[in-house]
Amino acid sequence: MRRAAALTAVAVLAVSAAISGEIPLSERRSTYLDMGAETRAMQDGDTDNPGMLWVLDGEALWRTTAGKAAIACAGCHGEAETSMKGVAARYPAFDPTRGTAIDLAGRINICRTERQQAPELKRESRELLALTALIARQSRGMPIISEDERLKPAIEAGRAIFMIRQGQLDLACAQCHDDNRGSRLAGITVPQGHPTGYPLYRLEWQTLGSLQRRLRNCLIGMRAEPYTYGAPEYIALEAYLMWRARGMAMESPAVRP
Amino acid sequence: MARALINAPAKAARGAVIEIKTLVSHVMETGFRYTQTGEPVARDIVTNFTATYNGEEVFRARLYPAIAANPYLTFHTVATESGTIELKWTGDNGFEATERIRITVE
Amino acid sequence: MSSDGKPDRAATRRDMLKRAGALALGGGTMPALVATAAATPAEMRAAVSSIVGKARVNDGKVKVDIPPLVENGNTVPCAVTVDSPMTPADHVKAIHVFTEKNPQPYVISVALGPRAGLASISTRIRLRDSQTVLAVAEMSDGTFWSGRASVIVTISACLEDVL
Repeated sequence: MRRAAALTAVAVLAVSAAISGEIPLSERRSTYLDMGAETRAMQDGDTDNPGMLWVLDGEALWRTTAGKAAIACAGCHGEAETSMKGVAARYPAFDPTRGTAIDLAGRINICRTERQQAPELKRESRELLALTALIARQSRGMPIISEDERLKPAIEAGRAIFMIRQGQLDLACAQCHDDNRGSRLAGITVPQGHPTGYPLYRLEWQTLGSLQRRLRNCLIGMRAEPYTYGAPEYIALEAYLMWRARGMAMESPAVRP
Repeated sequence: MARALINAPAKAARGAVIEIKTLVSHVMETGFRYTQTGEPVARDIVTNFTATYNGEEVFRARLYPAIAANPYLTFHTVATESGTIELKWTGDNGFEATERIRITVE
Repeated sequence: MSSDGKPDRAATRRDMLKRAGALALGGGTMPALVATAAATPAEMRAAVSSIVGKARVNDGKVKVDIPPLVENGNTVPCAVTVDSPMTPADHVKAIHVFTEKNPQPYVISVALGPRAGLASISTRIRLRDSQTVLAVAEMSDGTFWSGRASVIVTISACLEDVL
């Protein structure tokens, strides 16, 4: 009920909220810059970054045959280092067959079911995170690209969710991450919230997790009902957040507190 | 599945002190956590780490639940001769992981 | 972050047993701590005394490096370096790290020797609260040296539900 109301509010909110409160492009900054030196070092070193353990897992999975088709990712895509370069920087992408935006994890599962004829990998499972981390790693340092006109509906829906007040605390994402960016809250600097480093190793989780898991944390923190993993609301939010972060450099797999 | 990430020089001068950095994949469940229904979550940690250089132990560590998940541990050793440095982790529930690195000492 | 240089004159085994005894009986007053501003919980002292036995723990030679303001207590970089030539005649045999407010006081114990070349280790630890982290080094001549760091632990604003 509430979700439908939120999404249908797009028409009203998208127009009015389009310009107000959004961060000027030149003022955008990655949370990386607000972290302590030791945490930044943890992200920068390939042998210091716990997220790289998942990338290594992903490399092994990439070469493992799976499903009735008995084919590995490498069977179609060759070396991930070459074929996946820049891919994650362009996600969420528009799937013309489905007529909707899909995220990278969704795209991996489409390959699993349609090409490998293997069962889907569960959201937040180690295998799916490992493959996502491997692919995202190949975009490290590259600018986020969000230029596909067909993504506009998803971006507008995501923006509406970002702007609407929700939950027991009656907070909108924009109130913290646009309007109060850089302020202090309980000893922490309020981040702008650009998803430049997903999937990332969050010290709070002590494991690697997806953007959807992080958004879940936000919603629970706001005392709002979190969406189920894979929900279109998350895809819409990600599409908006990646558009909001367009041009910023990918950092995957990042490390964050 | 990937067990560990090691950072060590492949070559070193004889007598040089080298740094070996290790990062092993492990949840390091403390044994002090409870589920929402109040059941204790059993301890599951890496308890020991040894580094053996051409068969001789050069470093040993005993780890406790206070070590963070995916234990990161760095230490130093003198590059005495060419050979193999074996790094071994053991822990609760029969956990065992071994990594071998080769070093050329000139 | 360098260690505080606080002398710990009270850290003889007899004093520690007296304090442990006072606590066990549940009555009587705690003897006043000498020359330390930070109160050290009995559990950490008991853990330290189980390692050092009768010996006195000197302050010095040991440097504990931890960021003074920690972003998340789940994963805190911690480095310990001991000033020692690491020769067969004069080296660090072991380093023990303790905390005072975690559920249990031990963090890590490492065995070194002249083959180490440098008495310097680093790891990532868990800290439950703002507290002091103590490192005790055991030298080849049987003496013990220590260093400590005080850490403020903050947590992120938006946490998730426990499983």
